[in-house]
Amino acid sequence: MKNDENMGVLNIDTTLYKTKISKKFKSRKPYKAIDPKLILSYIPGTVLDILVREGKEVNNGDELMILDAMKMQNKLKSITDGRIKKIFVKKGDKVSKGTVLLEME
Amino acid sequence: MPLSKKIRELQEKREKILLGGGEQAIEKQKAMGKRTARERIMALLDEDSFTEYDLFVEHDARDFDMDKKSLPSDGVIIGSGTIYGAPVAIFAQDFTVAGGSLGLMHSRKITKIMDHALKMKMPLIGINDSGGARIQEGVNSLAGYGEIFFRNTISSGVIPQLSVILGPCAGGAVYSPALTDFVFVVDNISKMFITGPEVIKTVLGEEISMEDLGGARVHSETTGNAHFFSSSEEECFDQIKKLITFIPWNNQHKAKMFEPGEPKTELNIEKIVPDDPTMPYDVKDVIRAVVDNSDFFEIMENYAKNIVIGFGRMGGRTTGFVANQPLEMAGVLDVDSSDKAARFIRYCDAFNIPIITFVDVPGYLPGVDQEHAGVIRHGAKVLYAYSEATVPKITVIIRKAYGGGYIAMSSRHLRADFVFAWPSAEIAVMGPEGAANIIFRKEIMSSEDPDFMRKQKVEEYKAKFANPYVAASRGYVDAVIVPAETRRFLLHSISVSENKDIQTPHKKHGIPPF
Repeated sequence: MKNDENMGVLNIDTTLYKTKISKKFKSRKPYKAIDPKLILSYIPGTVLDILVREGKEVNNGDELMILDAMKMQNKLKSITDGRIKKIFVKKGDKVSKGTVLLEME
Repeated sequence: MPLSKKIRELQEKREKILLGGGEQAIEKQKAMGKRTARERIMALLDEDSFTEYDLFVEHDARDFDMDKKSLPSDGVIIGSGTIYGAPVAIFAQDFTVAGGSLGLMHSRKITKIMDHALKMKMPLIGINDSGGARIQEGVNSLAGYGEIFFRNTISSGVIPQLSVILGPCAGGAVYSPALTDFVFVVDNISKMFITGPEVIKTVLGEEISMEDLGGARVHSETTGNAHFFSSSEEECFDQIKKLITFIPWNNQHKAKMFEPGEPKTELNIEKIVPDDPTMPYDVKDVIRAVVDNSDFFEIMENYAKNIVIGFGRMGGRTTGFVANQPLEMAGVLDVDSSDKAARFIRYCDAFNIPIITFVDVPGYLPGVDQEHAGVIRHGAKVLYAYSEATVPKITVIIRKAYGGGYIAMSSRHLRADFVFAWPSAEIAVMGPEGAANIIFRKEIMSSEDPDFMRKQKVEEYKAKFANPYVAASRGYVDAVIVPAETRRFLLHSISVSENKDIQTPHKKHGIPPF
């Protein structure tokens, strides 16, 4: 039991416990703060239309892209004012949840 | 026509239907490592105890050429029988008949046996092996599922409901098992998912095998949807039979008493637990050292292993065990373990099963993922379940009982009936290291040798608070006991609680943090 490969140390309230570490704990994703400059797909789907070009100035609330998902045409809007730096997808692309679609300057 | 001829006619009709989907379909079923629905029922129930109902039921669908199709028994077998003498109602979907698809009459047979089980107050076992809704029957098929889910819910907490997944169980169909008390899965045979791999691939471009998406292992280890995992149908049936011996027929009964037997003597309870509270051990050894015949029947063995749940007997009486597991993730409480424990506590409470809790908990698992996954609301389920439970509740604090973990793990404050602590118990607001860092921050920081000072203060704190006697002096702990006395104290507590009766304020139902 003591030589198990999953044996590790877990820190709870600054006390170190010798114990097995679960797969789920080991593979958890480190937290990343939301970056308002990156537009991510919040739902998996297909890029139906891209309404802006790289270099275009947009305002907070402007429509950027239409993502077809769950039989619904979802409008993705900008959450800041700024210029489109890069578009990472093209019409017809299938994207999973959390894919970076577009970056603002 | 003379009666003898009519009897022969009946027998001929029966024989034809008993073949189910026919020899070819049966061969296919066997090739998948599966038994037929009828074989399953015979293997599970006591010999010659099964009585079948609705053998002659047929569908009357007309659209899409359904009027030309005859589906024997409409693809599901229902009836009742016994397991070790206990009455059970059972349905088994027959995959050899139209893939076990659920049409209106198929669902009516299932709801008929569900109504029967609820009326006669006996456990219900559902064997699921179905491709899903019978598309040709349209909304009637959906209505059928809805009627089943409704009955699952109404019967919940009144009669035990067991779901056995012995084939596909996909789409809406998964919600019947999800509403029942215990779900059994078999490696390579059980498949459960809302959306299958093909749709996921078409819509999302994500490729995953059926087994990785919703196989038996996934549901036992990752999702927590299944409670019992086995590698063959035979092993699965043994698990079901064993479970049936532990649970009562309904919520007005207690589980059957068994002849009590002593735990195995080679399990020396004092040798199991290391002195150092940061060192691991298998808490199941502690349970086996106190339970009748050292026979502990674990539930959800492979999910959220940092908490252990299951049944055993104390003096012949079925008892539910909940225990922190220091061997896994230091025995912390987190989202998944809280969920697992809370549901089991509610099961025990619903079916008059006393609960013994072994405590060795360092607290809650820190982390953004836990906080964002809602550890507050999930953790609250444990508090809710213990507080709400009116069955006898007995707590044994083995070592650590820190902070919120102490309160949550069936403390006196949540109305445990008996709280015992070993001399190794440390009942404190947090671990000595953390507490010393906060209480003696100034002394440690201003010291010439902070590390030495910290160690000294940790020792000081340990001497003062890391013991069971502060809690015992307030009556939060009823007795500090020698570990070897644990079984005796537990047997005493269970036996004096036999007629426990407490009144709670009238309400329609509470609002637990689901």
